[in-house]
Amino acid sequence: MNIHELVLLGILFSSFLTGVVIFFLNEESHRLRTWLNLLGAGLKLILVAALLWGVRQGQDYSLTFDFLPGVRFALGADANSVLFVALSSFLWFWTTLYAVGYLEDSPHRSRFFGFFSLCVTATTGIALSANLVTFLVFYELLTVSTYPLVVHRGTPEAMRGGKIYLGYTLAGGTLLLLAVAWLHQLTGPVMFKERGVIQGLMASHRGELQILFLLFMLGIGVKAAIVPLHGWLPKAMIAPAPVSSLLHAVAVVKAGAFGIVRIVYDVYGVENAARLGVLQPLAIAAGVTIIYGSVRALFQDELKKRLAFSTVSQVSYIVLGTAILGPAATIGGLVHLVHQGLMKITLFFGAGNYAETLGIHRVSEMNGVGRRMPLTTAAFTVAALGMIGVPPLAGYISKWYLKKGAIAAGDEWVALVLATSSLLNAAYFLPILYRAWFLAPPSVWPHEHRFGRWETHWMLLAAPLVTAVLVIWAGVFAESSFSPLAWARLITSREYGP
Amino acid sequence: MTSSWAIALLILAPLAAAALAFAFPKRGCRMALASAVIVTAALVVLARGVLAGGAQLHRVGGWGAPLGIDLRADGLAVLMLGITVLIASAVALYSRHFFSLEHDGEAPHRARYFWPLFLFLWAALNALFLSADIFNLYVTLELLGFAAVTLVALAGRREALNAAMRYLFVSLSASLFYLLGVALVYGQCATVDLTALGAKAQPGPALWVALTLMTGGLAAKAALFPLHFWLPPAHANAPAPVSALLSALVVKGSFYILLRLWFEAFPALLTPAVAQAFGALGAAAILWGSINALFQPRLKLLVAYSTVAQLGYLFLLFPLAGARDDGFLAWSGGLIFLGAHACAKTAMFLTAGNILHAAGHDRIRDLDGITHVLPISAFAFGLAGLSLVGLPPSGGFAGKWLLLSACLAQGQWWWVIVMLFGSLLAAAYVMRVLNHAFTHVPDPATPNPIPPVMEWTALVLAVLAVGLGLVAAWPVEVLRLGAPAILGGAGP
Repeated sequence: MNIHELVLLGILFSSFLTGVVIFFLNEESHRLRTWLNLLGAGLKLILVAALLWGVRQGQDYSLTFDFLPGVRFALGADANSVLFVALSSFLWFWTTLYAVGYLEDSPHRSRFFGFFSLCVTATTGIALSANLVTFLVFYELLTVSTYPLVVHRGTPEAMRGGKIYLGYTLAGGTLLLLAVAWLHQLTGPVMFKERGVIQGLMASHRGELQILFLLFMLGIGVKAAIVPLHGWLPKAMIAPAPVSSLLHAVAVVKAGAFGIVRIVYDVYGVENAARLGVLQPLAIAAGVTIIYGSVRALFQDELKKRLAFSTVSQVSYIVLGTAILGPAATIGGLVHLVHQGLMKITLFFGAGNYAETLGIHRVSEMNGVGRRMPLTTAAFTVAALGMIGVPPLAGYISKWYLKKGAIAAGDEWVALVLATSSLLNAAYFLPILYRAWFLAPPSVWPHEHRFGRWETHWMLLAAPLVTAVLVIWAGVFAESSFSPLAWARLITSREYGP
Repeated sequence: MTSSWAIALLILAPLAAAALAFAFPKRGCRMALASAVIVTAALVVLARGVLAGGAQLHRVGGWGAPLGIDLRADGLAVLMLGITVLIASAVALYSRHFFSLEHDGEAPHRARYFWPLFLFLWAALNALFLSADIFNLYVTLELLGFAAVTLVALAGRREALNAAMRYLFVSLSASLFYLLGVALVYGQCATVDLTALGAKAQPGPALWVALTLMTGGLAAKAALFPLHFWLPPAHANAPAPVSALLSALVVKGSFYILLRLWFEAFPALLTPAVAQAFGALGAAAILWGSINALFQPRLKLLVAYSTVAQLGYLFLLFPLAGARDDGFLAWSGGLIFLGAHACAKTAMFLTAGNILHAAGHDRIRDLDGITHVLPISAFAFGLAGLSLVGLPPSGGFAGKWLLLSACLAQGQWWWVIVMLFGSLLAAAYVMRVLNHAFTHVPDPATPNPIPPVMEWTALVLAVLAVGLGLVAAWPVEVLRLGAPAILGGAGP
């Protein structure tokens, strides 16, 4: 076992073992649990940093063993994996901190943090999977480990949300299983590879490949919440705020988007997919999702629901970027994978803070909240403006590349979709900001909770501030060599070749 | 030579333990554990022998095939013996506490007879897996049935006795059918040895009748749809450790004989039509069992119907492994599935026993508070459920994957639909139970205390069911040793 294999295993086990140990901790050992959580998250961050450095140097990371004859369990790290694993492990650290603060004094914390850790293990596993079978293993593990988090509160409403979540995702997982087994039958054991692994089948199995693509998109599209497979996402809003942050920015939805990226680029190869004629339908589905999500968001008064529909819309930007042939669109899609995560997690942290500190759950209750909680609201504002695409924030960079890619590919309608979506984004975010900053606060908040010095618990405050700063950084320093954009360009250059 | 001894010990150890447990009732558990140690050691020796030199033969008393009794161990037998010792050890550990928790008048009586019967059942199973001829298989099958029926009756309640009577009736008549078939085969071929039959048997009307009789009997004992009717009441009313033994091992004994018959003794008769018929019944079992499991009011009944469904998957092995190309893929898939199901189902029944004890009932709708105070049991149930649903990386997944691959390779896509739909149904009935672990209850009930060993045995088995998927390559290699010749490409 060499050092590279150890790094890969370490990244998985830093959260897996943490989770297993936490399950058996006493409910009361609050301190020990927190330290374990942060230790696991910290260790993972260090290992991911090492991985990032290594992959940049062009080192080869892989770990494989056969778990059935001809079926290989394979982990590896290419530029794509690193993008996702870096995002998820970084955001996990802050979400953990946030969750510790958020769940203080609530029941079943050991269960919660146990599954929380398993959930992140599954997400990093998805990032590090080097073939489809391994991807499937972690994809299903993600479904299973997220369910207890969604129903954590155990109320009838939560149970219903969980049931819907599980129904959608298990059905999707079943289709994915079929697709993976089928493709495995055609290609034999193959690894993800830039520019695809199906060249040999293009002539002989055209129809089959098209059906398979549909199956893949149906299976993964459930998690990526592509319309009409998005029904579970607003219902899953019932979960506690840290879980929503995780679902929307790091784990589930993002795993779906990442899966689509993998299938298009590293299983089919984007050029092959274009030749099969399957990209255009995908682009249309993404376009419809973008508009539909935004329109629905417009009419939600419940803040988390509004954010949920916004996620439906925003994640399809990634899908859209993937479905358009050409380097600029690819860059736009990939970079949005990170940007959307940063912005959306900030928004959810903000929403959680409002709910936990003031008992605010609805947009209509947010009058003057900026005066009571200026720091949280500042972070929220940065993220919301980023979502709209205001320069020089992160969202602007994504949209600019997507637009450029669409025009380069001759898909002018995409530019139109993007412009409409930006308008709609503004229409559902700006009123919130206006209320928060410019309207007078009510004399009493619905359910106020005081946390000493700061406007809220320091753990609840730290996380959104950090992520908001990153939203600014990802935009302002996009051209530096340490930005999501730089990394997306690296991936793209490998995908399209010299 | 050493393998020979190991084979003898595999049967004699539990048999002797049964006798001793009968003589010294208080020492039952110790006898069982001692026998587990001896059987494990013997199995390790035997497995090494098989791995090094292929199938191992033991001639009882030194007499050869036509006159004496042959015992034979190949990869499949080793695997089955391994599963058996694993489940039996877990059940032994569990039962020691299980029977001491009951305090009604009949309880000491139950504990007294459980151990000898359980050990006897174990000996019969081991003998069954090692038998090399169809008559010997009949004898072991009869012994197995006798022990199993008596164990069901052990619960003593009226429903249990009813279920046991029904089980007895099915079991006896099924054995009779089987015996008739054996007589016909002997009349036709003048031998009962599996290998000799494989070389000799040619399709003919008499053989078809014989095989139909034997298969009918075995299908009833293996609870293949539509002959499954006796299983849910018997498995649900027996004491939890007995339910575990029945679901995990006893029904598989009959399935094992079916495999030996069709793939080894009479491969020439396994025509595509026969194979598809087996598959169709299996598919019907999957759907019927799962749908019934969805509507059962009681936990143990739900788990029992789940057994009906999961047994259906095993019978998909016939059309897929009998198809002659890529047959071994499906063969190993089915058997890995069998192993995973044995572990998972034992874990589930043991968990159900815990819940029954803690709550005093097993009505699913009233389980809200109970799983909060039995987190380890809830976890065990969840993990076992993972394997039943076939989610990766469980053993259930590995088995399904291999079966699925065989379907796709052979173009038999209709089984794909059944399997995938069955998975979703399994998820639905597992979640019916598991949901209660997450429901918020303001003030949970105070349950009867459960010894930790009873919770942990279930958890360990559930973890094994899930972990099996990660090491499934190893049992596949074992299965290759002495696999039937008709599985293309398997060869010794």
